[in-house]
Amino acid sequence: MKITKEVVEYVAHLGRLDLESHEVDLYTKQLDRILQYMDKLNTLDTEGIDPTSHAIPVDCMLREDFVKDSFDIESSLQNAPERKGNFFKVPPIIEVEE
Amino acid sequence: MENILDMTIQETRSLLRKREITAGELTSLYLKRIQKYDKDIMAYLRVTEEDAHKMARDADRRMDQGEDGPLLGIPFGIKDIFCTKGIETTCASQILKGFIPPYDASIIKKLKDENFVHLGRLNMDEFAMGSSTENSSFQITKNPWDLTRIPGGSSGGSAAAVAAGLCAAALGTDTGGSIRQPASLCGVVGMKPTYGRVSRYGLIAFASSLDQIGPLTRNVTDCAIVMNAIAGYDPMDSTSIPQPLPDYTEHLGKDIKGLRIGIPKEYFITGMDSGVRKIMEESLSVFEKQGATLIDISLPHTEYAVATYYIICTAEASSNLARYDGVKYGLRAEGKDIIDMYKKTRLKGFGKEVKRRIILGTYVLSSGYYDAYYRKAGKIRTLIRHDFEEAFKNCDILVTPVSPTTAFTIGEKMEDPLTMYLSDIFTIPINLAGLPAMSLPCGFDMSGLPIGLQIIGKPLEEALMMQAAYVFESVKNLKKIPDAFRSKTSM
Repeated sequence: MKITKEVVEYVAHLGRLDLESHEVDLYTKQLDRILQYMDKLNTLDTEGIDPTSHAIPVDCMLREDFVKDSFDIESSLQNAPERKGNFFKVPPIIEVEE
Repeated sequence: MENILDMTIQETRSLLRKREITAGELTSLYLKRIQKYDKDIMAYLRVTEEDAHKMARDADRRMDQGEDGPLLGIPFGIKDIFCTKGIETTCASQILKGFIPPYDASIIKKLKDENFVHLGRLNMDEFAMGSSTENSSFQITKNPWDLTRIPGGSSGGSAAAVAAGLCAAALGTDTGGSIRQPASLCGVVGMKPTYGRVSRYGLIAFASSLDQIGPLTRNVTDCAIVMNAIAGYDPMDSTSIPQPLPDYTEHLGKDIKGLRIGIPKEYFITGMDSGVRKIMEESLSVFEKQGATLIDISLPHTEYAVATYYIICTAEASSNLARYDGVKYGLRAEGKDIIDMYKKTRLKGFGKEVKRRIILGTYVLSSGYYDAYYRKAGKIRTLIRHDFEEAFKNCDILVTPVSPTTAFTIGEKMEDPLTMYLSDIFTIPINLAGLPAMSLPCGFDMSGLPIGLQIIGKPLEEALMMQAAYVFESVKNLKKIPDAFRSKTSM
């Protein structure tokens, strides 16, 4: 076994995902099988080979630094699940002692 | 009049130009066909009838004033992954249900500049993750050639709509085969251009080092016409290639005498249906008869591509999908604090496959595993790229199958993600190498299901690929629309 339930639960926490307990069981089993398949990569010697991050390399593109229009506040906020005035509203971030 | 579904966009444009039909009539024809047939196929998530009529009226007004253009008044179906101002864009996910983008993706803007007609939003696997469109959180799309089968994915709605004549052309995206595989399984033409050839600004990202946008069409000419409209440099996408755009229609009709076609042996070995093998062999001889030379080549790292791909794409997806947190747009579930709200929103909003990939991607990027998985995969990606570079020293294009099988049945691979992943074995390596590749219909198996061949080109050599595809298409002259959906609809 490469993967345990605890690992799946920990990784789900890192990825900010709640999982139902049946999902934890299912993903543990499936990810274990997928990662075993991925082990075939370890049969290749890749010493001294540079990893590819850009398949088609282009020079870092820089634009002229000038001011352009950006989205107005209304269109930026139009899809907000909850807003207060011109802000996105979210649940408490810092715990407050009552 | 000949059946308009058999015409190229150029031929349809000529009817519009002569005012033998209007854009309004053409749009109504497609809307009627959608109404009549799409309850069986379920390709469209949403039909934007009002916008379609409005855009058609605008196109007609422009034509009345003497305006012209290659896509003026041509009705398109759009994969529901491109931000379109004022039109709900969901990526087939519950988490984006109701999301109305405040801006247009660059390719939508380009099509609007051409005065196209927007028929509606096409179904897809949620966030383009899948090979069957079964991962859509809204509906299951059927293959027009056999309604018990999947259309392929993730651009399954696009391929099915083109095949059933429910739009003149469609746009899709391809991260590991998501244009080519559904095009192959639905018997239409699908092009994944060179990485960087088409701007992705406004495309909802899945795996940014692999995603590319392209057309799905009923013939090669239409593919070239749509490529002319959507390709080109865009400062809004930093991976966009600053190279001038050729006219992709220019080489259509030229012969392929002396063209060197590489046949990679690794794509003809394991697990291929006998029907696919037979049609592939016949197809290769078509190219040979037209004067091309077939060269046996090897791409030795092919067997590592699927594992490499699923490490890279899940890692990038886990990062890209971090933005769906219930704050700025989309779904929000209640939570006792912000972390709890994030977690519950994502539990409720994401489907099974998306969660699976976020977990896998987070795992391969997590501390202690990064070198073993992500870095290792990046290095093997280099080896896969080098395979192609070597091959192209002696060849002009490569030809392979698109998929080892024809369309499988609905539900067949849903419980076994690894088997589903392996169905993309012939398309994935091309995304890893950033190369252009297209799917071209090449025949049918014993059950009448379409088979596609894949043409792979050197970077930015889409025109040569389409030149070869056009020759093949002219010789084979295959049926494009299943009989059940061929009936002429009155305008």
